[in-house]
Amino acid sequence: MVEKKKSGYWLTHLGLILGVLFIFFPVWLTFVASTVTQDAIIYPPLPMLPGTEFFENYANALFRGSPEGYGAKVPVIKMMMNSAIMAIGITVGKIIISLLSAFAFVYFRFPFRNLCFWLIFITLMLPVEVRIVPTYEVVANLNLLNSYTGLIFPLIASATATFLFRQFFMTIPDEMVEAARMDGCSPMRFFFDILVPISKTNIAALFVILFIFGWNQYLWPLLMTTDPDMRTIVMAIDSMIPTGDDYAHWPTVMATAMLAMVPPVIVVISMQKFFVKGLLESDK
Amino acid sequence: MEKRVFFKGWWLPTLLVAPQLLISFVFFFYPSGQAIWNSLFLPDPFGLKTEFVGLDNFRFLLSDPYYLASFKTTVIFSTAVSVSSMALGLYLAALADRLIKGAGVYQTLLIWPYAIAPAIAGVLWLFMFNGNIGLASYYLKALGYEWNHTLKGDQAMFLVILASSWGRISYNFLFFLAGLQAIPKSIIEAAAIDGASFWKRFGTIVIPLLSPITFFLLVVNIVYAFFDTFGVIHTITSGGPEQSTTILVYKVFSDGFVSQDLGSSAAQSVILLVLVGILTVIQFKYIERKVHY
Repeated sequence: MVEKKKSGYWLTHLGLILGVLFIFFPVWLTFVASTVTQDAIIYPPLPMLPGTEFFENYANALFRGSPEGYGAKVPVIKMMMNSAIMAIGITVGKIIISLLSAFAFVYFRFPFRNLCFWLIFITLMLPVEVRIVPTYEVVANLNLLNSYTGLIFPLIASATATFLFRQFFMTIPDEMVEAARMDGCSPMRFFFDILVPISKTNIAALFVILFIFGWNQYLWPLLMTTDPDMRTIVMAIDSMIPTGDDYAHWPTVMATAMLAMVPPVIVVISMQKFFVKGLLESDK
Repeated sequence: MEKRVFFKGWWLPTLLVAPQLLISFVFFFYPSGQAIWNSLFLPDPFGLKTEFVGLDNFRFLLSDPYYLASFKTTVIFSTAVSVSSMALGLYLAALADRLIKGAGVYQTLLIWPYAIAPAIAGVLWLFMFNGNIGLASYYLKALGYEWNHTLKGDQAMFLVILASSWGRISYNFLFFLAGLQAIPKSIIEAAAIDGASFWKRFGTIVIPLLSPITFFLLVVNIVYAFFDTFGVIHTITSGGPEQSTTILVYKVFSDGFVSQDLGSSAAQSVILLVLVGILTVIQFKYIERKVHY
């Protein structure tokens, strides 16, 4: 670096540490609240260090659910299962359909190719939140309310992944296809034996981004699921806080909040390299 | 951009694009078409028949004080969220970029909130500012400041902005850090040799070189504040008190599902659709320009 002043060095660290504390503080409080008794929370101020009820609270949340609120009594483990199925369904579904269509767009010439491309391109523009009412009606007419199919499929209809793969395929040298064709390789063989393996890093990067996107869905599951057993953890937490707030069973709610954060945070941290790549190259 | 070499045949590629096209038609084009269609009709109060009203829904919306208020709320909210989370992201990225060692550690410590759902972020901040038990409101009360975001609109707004920006810092940090690290050190060093101070260098070299990324982030953050913050608002305020935190996307939801005012909700969807369309075109214009550099 340009300058090497001691004071500047420590101030840089101090600034960053303050930033890290600001980021961590709400989560730390949540963790503390998930390890104490209800009494410790409803008589403020909340202690700054974890209490002794860690196992009690998490076991309660996981296997018995919140005792209060209209979303009461559904074990959180069930909600986490639903979230995992939804997140992985969205991730895998998006990656498969977009690998296939990007392959078709880049490596084939077929009738209406440009039209198809533009049709998919337009879907980039519109988040599900905007067309929420009619999409709900479609899913209701297909009898897909309270089903995993209904949770997953409407959220697969987006073009980001297709574009990412298309861009990547364009950078692959033409010699690869020429060599493959000369050796009498069929298109699907080329796809499975060459294209998919060299796209590994991109697939991993998209996996992280899409898993977080899927796990964190809120509005769609909120509308879709009336059956408590189909709730996902992120949307269900709101139903554990009764309006009026006083009677929420906070240790259970906060334990649930922690459990809702842990899987995506683990994915981000353990696949950080891919996450950064995926984020910088796509944007959603 | 076209490949020179390609495979022959038309039925295989058609089969390959079919799944995506099918899903797009069922869950995207048909519902979007429905939204546009419904926006031209007014269902009677019993939902028995609908009447064609042309652009009346739009005319009514644009003269509805609640809708215009929601527009204003959205502008204030998305500006505040974008500016504050970008400013903090840039600040932390500029600090991390100064470090020779340890930038990676701070990156790990700062980026994970990206994984936290806006709705969960909402619950965390709601817990801190809860009027009865929240730590923040407890100490504010001790300082003589009455906190009650369920009654006071400006406090509710502050809280949803805080919760929405908090989770967004990591995203902006990551992009700014990547942008800063892409600036050649030789330029900075040359300026330093010529006697430019840190702030002088930051203002005249770093900021201009970061402007494309800043512009990109501004658009992306506005889109985030428009749509993805639904969870924050729903968990913390449900749009209240007195609609003071009802942003446009929340109004589509509350008019469409809570009040069942389908014509108006559809017209609002169409207006949002146009807004996102404009933002997307701006974003792509930018990306195109980046390619031509």
